Amino acid sequence: MNGTKLILTRGQATGLNRPLALTPGQDLKGYVASLLGRAVLFLITCTSVLAVLLIFFFVCREALPFLSKISLSEFLINTEWYPEADNARFGALALIAGSVYVTIAALVFSVPVGILSAVFLSDIVSFRIRAFVKPVIELLAAIPSVAYGFFAVLVLAPWMQNKFGFSTGTNALNASLILAVMALPTIVSVAEDSISALGPELREASYSLGATRFETIFRVVIPAAHSGIIAAIILGMMRAVGETMVVWMASGNAAQIPRPWWDISQSVRTITATIAGEMGETPKETPHYWALFALGVLLLILTFSLNVVSEFFLSRAKRALGKQ
Amino acid sequence: MKQVILFVAVVILTASGAGLAEPLQLEGSTTVGPIADAFAEYFKSIYPELDITVKKTGSGDGAAALVDGRCDIANMSRFMKEKEFKQAVDKGIFPVAHVVAMDGVCVVVHPSNPVKELTTTQVREIYMGKITNWSQVGGADMPIVVISRDTSSGTYETFHNLVMAKKDMAPAVEYVNSNPQAHARVKTTTGAIGYVGLGFVDRNVRALKIDDVEPTKRTIAGGTYPVARPLYMFTNGYPKLGSLTHKFCTFYLTEKGQELVETKGFVPLTNY
Repeated sequence: MNGTKLILTRGQATGLNRPLALTPGQDLKGYVASLLGRAVLFLITCTSVLAVLLIFFFVCREALPFLSKISLSEFLINTEWYPEADNARFGALALIAGSVYVTIAALVFSVPVGILSAVFLSDIVSFRIRAFVKPVIELLAAIPSVAYGFFAVLVLAPWMQNKFGFSTGTNALNASLILAVMALPTIVSVAEDSISALGPELREASYSLGATRFETIFRVVIPAAHSGIIAAIILGMMRAVGETMVVWMASGNAAQIPRPWWDISQSVRTITATIAGEMGETPKETPHYWALFALGVLLLILTFSLNVVSEFFLSRAKRALGKQ
Repeated sequence: MKQVILFVAVVILTASGAGLAEPLQLEGSTTVGPIADAFAEYFKSIYPELDITVKKTGSGDGAAALVDGRCDIANMSRFMKEKEFKQAVDKGIFPVAHVVAMDGVCVVVHPSNPVKELTTTQVREIYMGKITNWSQVGGADMPIVVISRDTSSGTYETFHNLVMAKKDMAPAVEYVNSNPQAHARVKTTTGAIGYVGLGFVDRNVRALKIDDVEPTKRTIAGGTYPVARPLYMFTNGYPKLGSLTHKFCTFYLTEKGQELVETKGFVPLTNY
């Protein structure tokens, strides 16, 4: 380098001062191609939005005739679900209760385990082990639900009967245990992301004030990441509410509310399982058919509101991080 | 052996020659549907150009379709009602029944259960929730876990008509969505009672005698076992001999046809 130095400005070196796009007069072909590209990409993006809207539209449309036939209060309060009987009764309360039972019980199992694993992965374990464990946990999400279902029926159900003396092994407890395992990857993954996104400053500040690791984790880290953790729980909950195959196989599908109410060793039936189990052979344009769509609307409203709430908490978590 | 059957079937089907091009429409029962499907699949495997459609809409729809001339064969899991017959005859259609198979449903329990037989009434009361403990029917003091097929299955329909007399099952009844799953639940649950097609009974579950009759191929085909019903294909008059319709609704008489009936969990009509 003994000659004159060629000095380039930053813009020249990276070619940034080249015009990004030529005017239509300069490059008509490029202009048209870019417009077309935009239009195609816009349409592709629209399909998923359109799909959501169409699903809403069609499910509601098929459910509407039902509301004109059977009163909404009977649908929501009556517990007798006999859609095929001569005097058909469409009381969905037992089904709604079934969905609530398995979802809440699944959360009771999966939330503590999920959050503690997330904390362990983000704050305690060495990076090498974490790099191995997290993908393995996420692998749980890749197992098809019918495989979980077979495990529930063939392994878990007999085991519960022999171990705890339950008269039936396919019950609310069985379904919620399996759902808990299925919700774990979502909960762990989202919670771990939000906890490790907090950055070291917060933890260092806490340590410098003399807090122990236990205090730092439970008094500083978890409260600071609470928005992300709540979002993780709600996403896990949506997984549990919407799951069909596993509950259809593991819950026993008895359309009853357990008596006494806390006894989750009894069979229950969820909304999703009812739709999946009965839709196939139900003749169109019958009250039964409409009733199944009414159940679908109920489910849509439920998951939609859960989704909105989780979006709210996720955006709050992002904003909180942005401020730091 | 398979090849011989195939060869015979080919010869039989080839003989029908001329009538093969026209499409064959089947409509009706969801129970008979699988048999018709299996037959259609076999026919098509030999003659790919055949156009056979099987619609599974329900026995009532099948009857209506035959009356309207919308189908060649109406699959039905029950006999035609008087009203349907009258409508048909008024339109110049003369329904002829072909019984293609028997549908027998076995009530099964865990092999360790000392109960060996029940009456139809007892089974009905168990499913209605009036009998809830095995001790009430001469068994051990053990709650009964009642397992049913899902309400959209043909097996449920048979059971609901013949045993339940169309009465509602208790809310505590559990539902499973296939014969193998019903079998698996009864096999692993000591207090369970369930029902499956005869083809699914093995030594892991015990089929009960109902009203003192053991469910076997002979008692089901012979009509002495109470939870059994014939499955029909109805045609307009007896089909023209050698036509595709004729071949189709007499296919159950062939060895292959009987084998297909049996793989679908039904009892072929034989007397050997």
